[in-house]
Amino acid sequence: MMRLRWVRRDAEPPFLTFGVSAASFLLAVGAALVAFAAYGLDPWVAGATVVKRTLLDGRGLGEVVRRSIPLLLTGAGLVVALRARFWNIGAEGQILAGAVAASAVALFAPGLGALTVPALFAAAFVGAALYGLVPALLKARLGVNEIITTLMFNYVALYAVRWLINGPWRGKSVTGFSYSDRFPRETYLSVLDGTRVHVPTLVIGIVLALGLTWLLRYTRLGFSIRLLGEAPDAARYAGVKLLPTTLALAALSAGAAGMAGAGEVAGIHHRLIEPTSISMGFGYTAILVALLARGNAWATLITAPLLGWVLAAGDVVKVSLQLPFQLTDVMTGLTLLLLVASEPLLTYRPVLVRRSAPPDTNQASRPAPRASGSE
Amino acid sequence: MELELLTTTLARALAFGTPLLLAALGEVVAERAGVVNLGMEGMMMLGAVAGFIVAAATGSLPLALLVAMLAGVAVAALHGVIATFLLANQFVSGLAITIGGVGLANLLGKEWVGKPLAAPMLPFDVPVLSDIPLLGPAFFTRQYALTYAALVLALVVWLVLFRSRPGLTLRTVGESPAAADAAGANVRRVRFLAVLVGGAMAGLAGAYLSLAYRPAWGENITNGMGWIALGLTILALWHPLRAVPAALLFGAFFTLSFRLQAVLPPELLTLLPYLVTVLALTLIAWRGGRGAVGAPEALGLPYRRGERE
Repeated sequence: MMRLRWVRRDAEPPFLTFGVSAASFLLAVGAALVAFAAYGLDPWVAGATVVKRTLLDGRGLGEVVRRSIPLLLTGAGLVVALRARFWNIGAEGQILAGAVAASAVALFAPGLGALTVPALFAAAFVGAALYGLVPALLKARLGVNEIITTLMFNYVALYAVRWLINGPWRGKSVTGFSYSDRFPRETYLSVLDGTRVHVPTLVIGIVLALGLTWLLRYTRLGFSIRLLGEAPDAARYAGVKLLPTTLALAALSAGAAGMAGAGEVAGIHHRLIEPTSISMGFGYTAILVALLARGNAWATLITAPLLGWVLAAGDVVKVSLQLPFQLTDVMTGLTLLLLVASEPLLTYRPVLVRRSAPPDTNQASRPAPRASGSE
Repeated sequence: MELELLTTTLARALAFGTPLLLAALGEVVAERAGVVNLGMEGMMMLGAVAGFIVAAATGSLPLALLVAMLAGVAVAALHGVIATFLLANQFVSGLAITIGGVGLANLLGKEWVGKPLAAPMLPFDVPVLSDIPLLGPAFFTRQYALTYAALVLALVVWLVLFRSRPGLTLRTVGESPAAADAAGANVRRVRFLAVLVGGAMAGLAGAYLSLAYRPAWGENITNGMGWIALGLTILALWHPLRAVPAALLFGAFFTLSFRLQAVLPPELLTLLPYLVTVLALTLIAWRGGRGAVGAPEALGLPYRRGERE
């Protein structure tokens, strides 16, 4: 009689890590095809329509890239936070904070000339970083759970933006709608012809993904961040200062999200508009981008376009197939769920052992010292 | 006049605090056993939509409530398997359930948006008690049966957790799973069941919104209440009876924010409860000093026999 046992692995096998991520994603795609069938469409025809309208058509491809941009910036920043096990669920609000800061510069600081665009991004970074520092400070000083505070701050930012566009920043030339005045021309980010791909933000995103990879690998701050996440106790003995490290990583993560917000308002909308139209859940999807990247900031260069494609596909599903766009949320949730459910496969190896041996004397799994939970 | 303001505020606070209390009680049970459930918002949404669809289709409220709870339990089972049997990351699992659950609920409810419920749960006056001055109008007039059920449940959860043997086992599992294991408790089963109870309560909380409080289905009907309930759990220091005044306080806050409409713009009022959640958590942490106050020792940590915690 054979019995299955799970034995702790010494290291995560890289191929399996990739395989598990890919399989989770493909299973979710499969679920989407099933959903198409459930709505009475031929899944293959519907699937082909989605592929054609997103990947085989210039405009569609542009939409994929356009959605990948905020996911890339936000996701790369979140990798840094997750590396330290700082659960920043507040990227959605930090994107909005960045959008507000950028709008403030665009609307109320005219005449910056060539410095306009850099000023927009700088303001967005600083504004969002400050917003992200509050939960980090509360966490590092008082131990307040950052998951709840960052999440609450998403709602605070959402309603604050609504207040701005209905109240003090409501456009003078605008009637009937709630949004700010149009930004002046010099704030417009340059886009690729015929698309809504705003190039400066895309470049910042690529530089950020590579720069943060370097930071995590080769700098003292990066070392502190990694140690804090992998072995908090050891970090203390190694002289890692909790407060400054937490503040730095939160500022980086939130600031990156903030620049994504600047890109959306200055690159696409050219005004401060309804918050759910500025971000459309990028902050939540970016968590999946970061988790799929498995701690590697450079890997968001792959995972962000992947999820950007999912979001663009959601648009096709809505417009061309006339199906509810919420399908994409279900797909995102499902991918996350599959991803986390398959995690034990990475930490433990299944082996078959003979059942006759009493389970406790034949201790196949040796007690391994654990960092902090087997997450 | 002033008294009337006080009693109506209390009455509205109770009505609004009910879903928060139900969800927070569910989270107290799960977290006392050591499992964090960030999927509350998703489970509430699914309970709300499942209850609404069943009530609209069959007209039977008991059946609707049952299905709402079962919807919560079904999703909670997913979370329970991932957190307790697969020992995977329960934060990500809960988050996935919230993202997917909110999406799925909105998807399922799409064709029901704006359709009123033919036979919703109706508020009623408690005989005799509603005639008591002050207390009557505040707590016993035009409330829903689920509100009283929530209060009774708070008592039941307290009795079970703190005055019964299974409750002791559950708390030990949350404080020190190794000790509970050594004492012969089945750690995984206890945790799994605790998560299921949490899911049922979340489903009920959602159903209260769609069947009684509104009573209608609308996109994102819970609007972050599941997250506020998570904050309430900490605010109540993981104690079911302390969850009652905490939920009332938040209910009062939501109600008062409507009354301040003349002074403050509505958008700023809507954001206040979320800000207050953060402030309340900060104050609790401040008073309790560094670190979490009274959190179960093994909260959020998977347990595997033979491994150090």
